Amino acid sequence: MIVRGIGFLLIGVLFGIVLIKSEAASWFRIIEMFEFKSFHMYGIIGSAVILGIIIIKGIQKFKIKSFYGAPITIEPKENGTVRYLMGGAFFGLGWALTGACPGPMFALAGAGFYAILIVIASATFGTFLYGLLKDKLPH
Amino acid sequence: MDWIMEPWPWYISGPMIAFVMFLLLMMGRKLGMSSNLRTLCAICGAGKRATFFDYDWRAQKWNLIVVAGVVLGGFLAANFLMNEKKVDIHDDVVKDLNAYGFASADNAYLPKELYAAENLSNPKVLALLIIGGLFIGFGTRYAGGCTSGHAISGLSSLQLSSLIAVIGFFAGGLFMVHIIFPLIF
Repeated sequence: MIVRGIGFLLIGVLFGIVLIKSEAASWFRIIEMFEFKSFHMYGIIGSAVILGIIIIKGIQKFKIKSFYGAPITIEPKENGTVRYLMGGAFFGLGWALTGACPGPMFALAGAGFYAILIVIASATFGTFLYGLLKDKLPH
Repeated sequence: MDWIMEPWPWYISGPMIAFVMFLLLMMGRKLGMSSNLRTLCAICGAGKRATFFDYDWRAQKWNLIVVAGVVLGGFLAANFLMNEKKVDIHDDVVKDLNAYGFASADNAYLPKELYAAENLSNPKVLALLIIGGLFIGFGTRYAGGCTSGHAISGLSSLQLSSLIAVIGFFAGGLFMVHIIFPLIF
């Protein structure tokens, strides 16, 4: 259990370092991306996805098992259009305004930008609002 | 080893993010940061107010450990792996942002006008951060994922739902930067 916990912690450390060092956690890079002025963010997401597709295809083809010997399964997400488009658009508005998505916001907190704690707190409250309104929203 | 201290190019960063996703799959889990916000709600007792938060959050503890690692990684990167804390963006973007009053464009990692502690007493700045956060938290759960869960994990497993979500991300982001920014800055 402790070894597994340390494993998760180290994976998080690597992710946090990459988010800061790649500048994906910088508001300026996000605005530049939405102004289509640089390939940088598209290169990060694009190369991660292309390599990710190869990794997942490889896992499926060679039936690679997890470190613990269990088969690796990827459950499909629920079908739908409205929730993904509407929810995605809400998220995009917040992403562009604050320049942070849920991974980078935690990396920024660690990097010492304490004002991001306000964004983390209100994002948590936003998630709470979704939970309250879930049954009234189109999905 | 000097390159470590410089900003990392996309062709290093993107593959490393894919590697993080791979490691989580090998741990029997999957990459997704925004579900931690739901877990935080559940820990705070939101399950009493909405069934959406009424679940055994302890099963999600692994992801909170990942987040703790992300915080630590951010600390390490900012304090030990960086010479200059500024982001070199395209000159056109610097010009646009200067015109909006962001004088810190091109010489900071985050805009001081939004994120410097001394500007938090400005009600407009505080309101923008709070509204932005609300959109992020509400939107990610409505869409069932954020950049890591949909754009990276979801697209990597070729899920149509994730493609629709990413189109939504861009619709919202483009609307904010091109329509709302000229109105509020």
